[in-house]
Amino acid sequence: MTSPTATKAISASGLRYRKVRDRVIEALLLAAGLVAVFTTLAIVAILLYESSAFFEHVSIVDFLTDTLWTPLFADAHYGIMPLVAGTLTTTMVALVVAVPLGTTIAIYLSEFAPHHVRETVKPILELLGAVPTVVYGYFALTMVTPVLQWLMPELPGFNMLSAGLVIGLMIVPYVSSVSEDAMRAVPRYMREGSYAMGATRLQTALRVVVPGAFSGLAAAFILGISRAVGETMVVAIAAGMQPNLTFDPREPAATITAYIVQVSLGDLPHGSIGYQSIFAAGLVLMFLTLIFNIIGFSLTRRFREAY
Amino acid sequence: MSAGGAAAYLSSEALRRGLSRRKILDQVFVLVGLIVMIACLAVLAILFIDLVRDGAPRFGWEFFTNFASRRAERAGILAAWVGTSLIMLVTALCAVPVGVAAAIYLEEYAPKNWFTAIIEINVTNLAGVPSIVYGLLALGLFVYQFDLGQSIAAAGLTLALLILPIVIVATREAIRAVPKAIREAAYGLGATRWEVTKDHVLPYSTGGILTGMILGLSRAIGETAPIITIGALSFIAFLPQSPVTSEFPFISFAWLKDPFTAMPIQMFNWVSRPDQAFQANAAAAGAILLGMTLIMNALAIWIRYRFRKKINW
Repeated sequence: MTSPTATKAISASGLRYRKVRDRVIEALLLAAGLVAVFTTLAIVAILLYESSAFFEHVSIVDFLTDTLWTPLFADAHYGIMPLVAGTLTTTMVALVVAVPLGTTIAIYLSEFAPHHVRETVKPILELLGAVPTVVYGYFALTMVTPVLQWLMPELPGFNMLSAGLVIGLMIVPYVSSVSEDAMRAVPRYMREGSYAMGATRLQTALRVVVPGAFSGLAAAFILGISRAVGETMVVAIAAGMQPNLTFDPREPAATITAYIVQVSLGDLPHGSIGYQSIFAAGLVLMFLTLIFNIIGFSLTRRFREAY
Repeated sequence: MSAGGAAAYLSSEALRRGLSRRKILDQVFVLVGLIVMIACLAVLAILFIDLVRDGAPRFGWEFFTNFASRRAERAGILAAWVGTSLIMLVTALCAVPVGVAAAIYLEEYAPKNWFTAIIEINVTNLAGVPSIVYGLLALGLFVYQFDLGQSIAAAGLTLALLILPIVIVATREAIRAVPKAIREAAYGLGATRWEVTKDHVLPYSTGGILTGMILGLSRAIGETAPIITIGALSFIAFLPQSPVTSEFPFISFAWLKDPFTAMPIQMFNWVSRPDQAFQANAAAAGAILLGMTLIMNALAIWIRYRFRKKINW
């Protein structure tokens, strides 16, 4: 070998240079990886720091037990319950839509649909999850609510039902995609065993594949719940922004996320109690997400089938 | 059941009836599955058609060249689309290098230990954090601690953090799909780890990385909540300072600190007005936003398909 680069690469100094360069690059790559860790730490730190300032003014007992949330009024009450109720109600409505639809689509795609149908439909379904949420909000307010009002004439223009239904539709692709992956991971021989016993495809799907993939289905539902709990724009547009302690989806109410948007739209001074209250609300949101994830994790662990 | 009983059952009318009932149920489910699936796809179509129809009277050159206005028929999205473009620029420039680098580290360099596990768990968890929480993070950190203010830079960085997990996960999948044999061959010739990565692994995974980048940006372009939280204004009648100037050095970064509005914010502002005339503006902005998202997703699918076809291990 006589080319200059080859000589340089083989020479001792060239080798050392390449090794040093490798170490430097590795350090840079590690730094990029650490950005994820720092982001998590920063989220926790900011939420705790700003909330602690909030809890200097508001006792935790009031925060958890007061039934009014009126931080921006002269007669300020800081009870998080109404916002939590709004969040849980829209989430429930969304799940009532997304779980049956998502699971049905997943069973159909995984156990019944021919290969080319599955390959065409999956990417299109995923587009449903890619639509900007503000567009879904418009859809809820201008199309779904009028239809619901036609069915139930006494329904107010802002209500949690319409927002929840649209969120449900929005998370169908998340639920169906993760559930389908889980069902496809059930080994073929289990289906064949079932067919050999004379079961139909539907019986196999419901009695063999679904129980076998249960931990994956649980994970899919939890993913859907976290999406629904954190969804912001649909509820901010279609559910109204009035905190309202109710579990009746026909009523207007604010969710935790809608409250944060409402405050951000105004111009609250940095450091005021209203400003701090959105961080306290964010902390509760993180707690809710965390609780659902822990439930999901334990479900997944309990029902895991190893093949 | 005795042997004789079983034989009798197998030839009985009861068995045949049960069998045909189960087969009918099977067919019924196929029908239900198809209907549900088509209904969901129809929603997407209805959504798009409805937006285009409602927004139709607003489509025109002026819609793109006018600022927001109190008169619905004169209001346009000039500040919004310029703002969105600049934010996307910042987001892409931050999220793609960091995300790809993090993915390379996790796939090619990281030792299997608790420390790597922590990074991996963090990436997974970040993907599940509600987007509005990123807004709160940015409000506390970028807007006030780093003193970026309610600026394009703050918004771009926020969305970059938001799509970082998407870019990392997509890049890791692309890198993992490169067969081990290719790496071993390069190591066998004396290449260092970085040389293997740069000359062999990355070129083969370009398709997957591009797909992840586009999907990430298509997510970022429609995100509304986090940039409302950091305080985007919804009524802006001026443009940020131009990134290109007439004097040396011809490029200016002053726009990074300028206040801004963005497409989804503009749409949200119009949707929340009680005046019906503004709903048409909202629909037109929504149609453009949705169109951009769909085009980006289609592009991602196309790139994935092309690269998959081109590479034969």
